[in-house]
This record gives sequence, structure tokens and C-alpha cells, in this order.
Amino acid sequence: MASADRTLRLKAALLSLLLLALMLGVWHLATLQAAPAPAAAKAPALTAEQIEYAKLMGKDPGGAAGGAAEVKKSGFPNLAQMATTIARHLAEPFYDRGPNDKGIGLQLAYSLGRVALGYLIAAAVAIPLGFVIGMSPLAYRALDPFIQVLKPISPLAWMPLALYTIKDSSISGIFVIFICSVWPMLINTAFGVAGVRREWLNVARTLEVKPLRRAFEVILPAAAPTILTGMRISMGIAWLVIVAAEMLVGGTGIGYFVWNEWNNLSLPNVIFAVLVIGLVGMALDALFARAQKAVTYAD
Amino acid sequence: MRTEERSNFLRVEALAKAFPGAPVPVFDAVNFDIAQGEFVCIIGHSGCGKTTILNVLAGLESASGGHVFMDQREVAGPSLDRGVVFQGHALMPWLSVRRNIAFAVRSKWPTWTRAQVDEHVTRYVGMVGLAAAIDKKPHELSGGMKQRVGIARAFAIQPRMLLLDEPFGALDALTRGTIQDELLRICAETHQTVFMITHDVDEAILLADRILLMSNGPQARVAEIVVNTMPRDRARATLHHDPQYYRIRNHLVDFLVARSATLSHGRAPEHPPLVTPGLDAPPAGEPAGTDAEVIPLPPRRTA
Repeated sequence: MASADRTLRLKAALLSLLLLALMLGVWHLATLQAAPAPAAAKAPALTAEQIEYAKLMGKDPGGAAGGAAEVKKSGFPNLAQMATTIARHLAEPFYDRGPNDKGIGLQLAYSLGRVALGYLIAAAVAIPLGFVIGMSPLAYRALDPFIQVLKPISPLAWMPLALYTIKDSSISGIFVIFICSVWPMLINTAFGVAGVRREWLNVARTLEVKPLRRAFEVILPAAAPTILTGMRISMGIAWLVIVAAEMLVGGTGIGYFVWNEWNNLSLPNVIFAVLVIGLVGMALDALFARAQKAVTYAD
Repeated sequence: MRTEERSNFLRVEALAKAFPGAPVPVFDAVNFDIAQGEFVCIIGHSGCGKTTILNVLAGLESASGGHVFMDQREVAGPSLDRGVVFQGHALMPWLSVRRNIAFAVRSKWPTWTRAQVDEHVTRYVGMVGLAAAIDKKPHELSGGMKQRVGIARAFAIQPRMLLLDEPFGALDALTRGTIQDELLRICAETHQTVFMITHDVDEAILLADRILLMSNGPQARVAEIVVNTMPRDRARATLHHDPQYYRIRNHLVDFLVARSATLSHGRAPEHPPLVTPGLDAPPAGEPAGTDAEVIPLPPRRTA
């Protein structure tokens, strides 16, 4: 059994590598064909005005090779350009040269900070409230219409209201994270708490366990796997939303970085940021998966 | 064993339960009492409200009529005085055996130190023979071991009365036998007062001092109280060699097969008579030998 499992894993890893190589190969071929054609066509056709303009833009219009390089820099990068971009970012992740030129690590830190803050506030609200809703059918019925209406609202739809009332773009971003993470945690906590098995509660009752001890030593561990599932979903949504929110709000963060590099028409930077967003999202999810595993009990 | 002043340690008076919307109560006029140190089993068909009665005694459910008194005080709500062993073991699956029992021990003695709690837990886990499995989680244990932990947890808080809701129902016959012996031994050592639900006639005869027979619902009642006239040091291995065993057994089986149904709908007496099968004079108007006087047969005739 163990060896069969291992060969399966080995095969899967090989297949993954093969797929990666295939994707990189397609990328390489696609950028190879596109690059020389416009460069060859355009380089000799540069008029005096165009050269002048290029000089004004701070670019070197000298020679066909230079021209080709320029065209390629603003277009879709080939693998070699991508690699140099990645190396450049990783070599110096935390530099800060003014508001529009910060290292990727710094931008990530801004985003993660916002997500953490909004998420923690959401957890602080949703988990106690979920306990109340889960334990009291009255609270459940009274709050259910609000939850049902508020839950499907896109978090970004709150942005104008947040900006108007809070009047601070950074805090508005945190608010948007809060509002999008609160619902899965709230609903899952209520669901988990309501689903705690009657017999465990009866054990606590026959042992005359005080309400606070019952909440922390019986209900919380019993509902923990469900609560953590909610927290994991919330974290996933929060990481999706932070990029969009920062694109709107601007200033700092990985979302703003993507938007800024798009305005610079620097596709290598955009691609690099997209990759980083994916990897960080994966790491966050893995973190919660581990926490989930820690609180899950076999029955 | 029983003396007059101890005989009403637990008293159940005219207990009734009607579920909302049902026209007739599940049971009404249930009367019985339990003496201190006595082991009482209750037998009856499913749906006659045995578990409800046990839950009322535990304080987990409230009756719609009647009273339960323990030591002259009315039972109102759960208490550490009454330990419960639940039908499904009801262990907390995220805690090890040690911590499951420690949870109960800390509830009873909140001021105890960690060492005191642990010493107490170890003693009771050892008592049910699970010392080797003390740090295992419930899912690593067999059904019988889990039920043993449930029993150890109930005994560990040293309740004045133990309530067992069909604790061995889900176990195979071999495991059940071993745990029955253990329960018998522990009860003899601790002089524990026990009220137990069972479906198993042999189990009742082995364990109980008195057996309450419940008629079928609706309007079920405790129709009869059978006194176990066999010596109290009875053992599972030798039980079936005693002719008295078959007299009691046949009486119980006859009740469950025939009379429990005819005594439903409140036709059973409100105050159940005490019967001693095989030692009673046959009831007037009934031919001798139909009920308790049957000649004992071995349970299985094999070639």
C-alpha cells in the first residue's frame, strides 16, 4: 500500500513537471515568433520625429537592436526577460524609492497587514456572534434575514460607502476585508455550534459544568473543525478581495502594484505580481489547512 | 440488604410524560422506589418510555406529572449526585481517555490540584482495566473499551446514584459478559446504588436485585416488580445451573412476550406488586404452572 502510494505521488510529480515544461515551452515559442517581426519592420521606419519622441521619453532610439529591445520590453516578455525581472525583484524585495516605486516584499507586507487586521476584527466579531446565533434559536431567526441580505453583497460595493463615512482609503480597505471575511466565519460558527452533539451537552449538564467552561471546553472544541473551515474560506475570499480593493483605493499594496505596473505597461512586473499573489494565497491556505487538521478529531 | 429507612432513598411517585400534541401520555402513574446500595434494572419494550424515565431521574428531561425524590429532596435538574452512563458512550472524541475522565473529576472537585486529579483518574481507569489505554483517543478504542471509559467516568465522580441507559446494547456477547462481570465487581466493592435500563433478560437477572417490568405504551406503567431471589454473589458462569434462574427468566420472558401488551393503555396497576417467581403461590384463578412454575429447560438443546 505504502509503495503504491509513493509511486502514485512520484508519477503525479513527474506529470506536474511535464505540464510546467509544456507551459513554459508554449510561452517560449509564442514570444519567440512575435518578437522579431515588429522589430524588423519598425526599426528602419523610425522617422526623425519618432526618434526625437523616443529621446524625450528617456529611451535610446539608436540602432535596430535597441529598437527591438524597446518593443519587447513593453510587450509580452519572453522567458529570459521574465527570469531577469523575477531575479531583480527577489534580489531587492524591500526597497522604497517613493510612493510609486516600492519593493514587492514591502507591497506584500502592506497587503498582508490589511488582510490580517480586517480578518482579525472579523473573527473577533463573527465567532462570538456565531456562538450566540448557534446557541439561541431566537437570535438565529432574528438575525437570519440580515445575514441573508448582507452576505451576497460584493465587498467592493461597500467601497463608496466606506470611503464616504470613514474618509480614509487605507481603513476603507480594511473595512472591505472585514465585511467579506465576516460572513463565512459567522455562518460556519453558528452551524458548528448548533450542531454540537446533544450527548456531549448532556454530559456537561449532568456534571453541572458552568456555562463559560462549557463554551470553552465542550462547544468550542466540538465546533472547531467547522469554525476553521469558515475561517479558511474567509481567508481565501479576503486574499481575493484585497487585490481588487487596493486597485481601487491605491497608494500601497500588491493590488496597487499590479495596477501601477499596468499603467507603466510593464507586463513582466504584472506577471511577477500575479505569480506572487498566487503563491501567497497558496501559503495562507496551507496554513489554515494545517490548523484545521490540528483541531479535527476522529469520531 | 434493605432496611426500612433506606428503602426510600429514591422515590418515584406518579410519574407521567406526555409529549406535546400526543393525545395519551407515553407513561403515567409510574411508581417505584430504590433503596441505597440496591441495583435495579428496568425492562420493557421499545417506546414505553424507559429512557425518558432515566432522563427524568438524571434531571435532563422534565416529566409532565409526578415527582422524583432522592433523599427526601425533589429532583429538579441534573446534579453531580447522579452519574449517567449514556447509551452511546458520549465520550468527547477530541480528548484522550485520561482527559475525558479528568473533565468529569474537575467538575466534581474544582479545587483539586493537577496531581490529585491525575491520581484519581488513574485509579478509576485502572478499575475498569484500561490502564494501558489511558492516553488513547476514543476512536482508537473498541466499542467495549469506550463503554468502559464511560463507566469509569460515571464512577469517578462518586455519585450517590448511577444511571445506566442500556450501556451494553451495542456490544458483542463476549465483551458484554466481561464488562457485566466488571460492573458487578465494582458495584459490590463500592455499594453503588444503580438504576439501569436493559433489553437483556439474562443481564437483568445477573445484575439486578429487583427488576422493574414495564408494560407497553401508551400509558405504560411499571406493572410488576420482580425480586431477584438468587444469592447476591451470583456469577455469570454458574448462573444457569441454578433452577431458580429459569423460573425468573421464564417469568420475565413471559411478561415481555404476552402480558406487557395486554397491560398497555393504563391496564397495569398503578402500584406494582412484588413478585418472587417460583416462590409465590400461583395467583387465584390461574392454573398452576403456566407462569412462574414452569419446569426449567436448558436454554439450548444441542445434540
